[in-house]
Amino acid sequence: MSLRRGERAIEALLFLCALASVGTTAGIIVVLAVETFAFFGEVSIVEFLTGTEWTPLFATKHFGVLPLLLGTTVVSVIALVVAVPTGLLSAIYLSEYAPERVRRVVKPVLEILAGVPTVVYGYFALTFVTPLLQQWLPGLSGFNALSPGIVMGLMILPLVSSLSEDAMRAVPRGLREGAYALGATRMQTALQVVVPAAFSGITAAVILAASRAIGETMIVAIAAGQQPRFTANPFVPIETMTAYIVQVSLGDTPQGTLEYRTIFAVGMLLFLMTFALNLLSSWLRARFREEYN
Amino acid sequence: MAVSLGPNASSAGRRRADLLFQAVALVVLAVALGALAVLVGTVWRDGANRLDWQFLTSFPSRRAESAGIYHAIVGSLYVIALTAAMALPVGVAAATYLEEYGGRSRLARFIELNIANLAAVPSIIYGLLGLGLFVRTMAMGRSVLAGAATLALLALPVVILSTREALRTVPSSIREGSYALGATKWQTIWHQVLPMAVPGILTGLILALSRAIGETAPLITIGALTYIPFAPDSIWSAFTVLPIQIFNWVSRPQAAFKDNAAAGILVLLALLLTMNAIAIVLRDRYQRKGRP
Amino acid sequence: MTTDVRPLPPTLSSVVRAGTPVAETAPVKIDVRNLNFYYGQKRALDGISMAIHANRVTAFIGPSGCGKSTFLRTLNRMNDIIPGARVDGSVTIDGHDAYGSGVDVVSLRRQVGMVFQKSNPFPKSIFENVAYGLRINNLTRSKAEMAERVEESLRAAAIWDEVKDRLHESALALSGGQQQRLCIARALAIRPDILLMDEPASALDPIATQRIEELVYDLKKAYTIVIVTHNMQQAARVSDYTAFFWLGRLVEYGRTDRIFTAPAEKLTEDYVTGRCG
Repeated sequence: MSLRRGERAIEALLFLCALASVGTTAGIIVVLAVETFAFFGEVSIVEFLTGTEWTPLFATKHFGVLPLLLGTTVVSVIALVVAVPTGLLSAIYLSEYAPERVRRVVKPVLEILAGVPTVVYGYFALTFVTPLLQQWLPGLSGFNALSPGIVMGLMILPLVSSLSEDAMRAVPRGLREGAYALGATRMQTALQVVVPAAFSGITAAVILAASRAIGETMIVAIAAGQQPRFTANPFVPIETMTAYIVQVSLGDTPQGTLEYRTIFAVGMLLFLMTFALNLLSSWLRARFREEYN
Repeated sequence: MAVSLGPNASSAGRRRADLLFQAVALVVLAVALGALAVLVGTVWRDGANRLDWQFLTSFPSRRAESAGIYHAIVGSLYVIALTAAMALPVGVAAATYLEEYGGRSRLARFIELNIANLAAVPSIIYGLLGLGLFVRTMAMGRSVLAGAATLALLALPVVILSTREALRTVPSSIREGSYALGATKWQTIWHQVLPMAVPGILTGLILALSRAIGETAPLITIGALTYIPFAPDSIWSAFTVLPIQIFNWVSRPQAAFKDNAAAGILVLLALLLTMNAIAIVLRDRYQRKGRP
Repeated sequence: MTTDVRPLPPTLSSVVRAGTPVAETAPVKIDVRNLNFYYGQKRALDGISMAIHANRVTAFIGPSGCGKSTFLRTLNRMNDIIPGARVDGSVTIDGHDAYGSGVDVVSLRRQVGMVFQKSNPFPKSIFENVAYGLRINNLTRSKAEMAERVEESLRAAAIWDEVKDRLHESALALSGGQQQRLCIARALAIRPDILLMDEPASALDPIATQRIEELVYDLKKAYTIVIVTHNMQQAARVSDYTAFFWLGRLVEYGRTDRIFTAPAEKLTEDYVTGRCG
């Protein structure tokens, strides 16, 4: 019957579109892998992973990715130090204390915070936060890891807050009532019952936030500098993996050159790191959902 | 022991701790929201003076005071319209498959997991994909088309996830009513389910697009230009977009260019506000149709 | 119980056995043989056999969860869309096996219309609700013919006079009873042979219910009607035949007057007299 054939053709077309997402993942892996293999044809993988000097654009080239990795780590850790406690506190407040009225105002505003383009945060870090910090920390350079780290923390705060809040609200009422029945205050209930019960959900939120911080580009490209240094000092200019990719993309490095391939090798590392974190996060979330279903 | 409901020393202490905790949480929230106010305030302070008709209608220039943002506005609108045209049909089709056809098959679950993970891949990785796939392999060059295709891939997970949510809100009684009249599965989806899901789909699309319009890194990676003295006139044109122009101005040492960046940010934020307003209006209008 | 239903002594009931209606002239429309239905591992219907006659109203009664709605939905294969559902046995409609391998479910449903427990008008205009079935099945050749069929259906569902001046307004603005009659009109528009009604009046007030019942009475001239109801008075008022279901089994089936006055089974008697269920 022709009607049926039409139906089946449509289903096939829809399926192809669904498959496009798998194609995207495959595309990412293939594109990164091809150039990364070419890169490791010329540079030893050991040097790449253990070298502490990153100077692919200089005359004497070194391809040790550790300075970029460390720069990324420093900024991300600062961001998490800002975002995790504040995000958790907000989540506890919104989930356990806030009246419905307050939630209805605060949640959309937090979402706005998450929706601000990152280039705007970069501007804010460079022209407002860094000068502000310099008043207290005279040794702080104009480009540094501290200021973009703090601003990035502000950016990922809503992510930590809303995912943790979801996890806490999924904790069954019975658990809370049990604690109240024993005479616990709201704070004791929140900290000793709800947070531990929602722990895997909260951890998933934090890991996802870490993944977001590692992959964030524009804030660090604008405010952290472009000097790959092997240092954990947050007061001096550094360079992250993402900022390096931007730096090369802005210049006119010809295709097919080794310098050009470095961005794919760095991109591959970035992809693997975030991918692992994302998988871990969704695994934890699935486990959390199972616990309470 | 008799029941005593009055305060005693230990309960007063715990009450104080509880209040203190609540106060700290409120202060933290206030600081976070205050930061948003400071951010907008700073941008306004720096950029409001530069924001005039000349700024909106001029091309970039070496001199900060005569530089404008016209080309970047047109570029952003061009790219975003094309992104929507690509991401909407593919995203809605994919979501429809997963929600209405895929069921709980192993393959459907794998696709779902894959989409959830794609949603968390850093945007700059999409830039590298766009560079390798669209700019080079498919030889689109550093064109509006390559930029939009890259952003469409980036927007796809959000469109798919929000479309699925929207499809899930369509009551099963509507599907049954349609089937009972001898409608095929696709007729039911096309005539009844998708129209009812339109408000949710549109909201998700605009959410995805407002994220895409603020994206900078993937477009820099595929080689969108930072200095371009003309507006794009076809899908093959070279182009720049608002965030890239802002980035370009922020990166200059002169303070006057920083003010241009702030003015550019105001334009970008205004554009985002407009998009969200359009989403709300569209949704309202659609919801009124077919309702009392 | 109302006074018009008087259970007879059990000794009399054994005179008429289940499944053997007396002096029926109407042909068998739907013949169900040994039908089993499963949700996953759970058996929801157990060995149902019955013959439903053309141009008669057949009522399915029984406590909620007894399988009467599930059974109704096997007749137009509405259960097909439930994941994990499985059927064995046979349903023959006008001599054609409804579950046969070459059967097109879509055209089956076109001939076996359905009205649901909760009215489910599409969020479109009144006209579009009725026209939808005509459009998707390409049943009309012109706009005029379409308008004609819509009017005919709305008249047949006894709602024309109430909506004729606002055909292009939203169907959702109608009252509950009007919405349900619109859904009946919608089902009639594609001119099915059989009309399945799944507790069509359970969400309606008494006046709206009465209108639906009158409508059912009128419609049986042209249609074979199967109606599920939890309301025994309603079954007694509108139906020619009644089938009583209990825990997924068909306990008793026969002429409505007999089921209510001389049930053969103790369970049926207990149910229709309100002693259980």
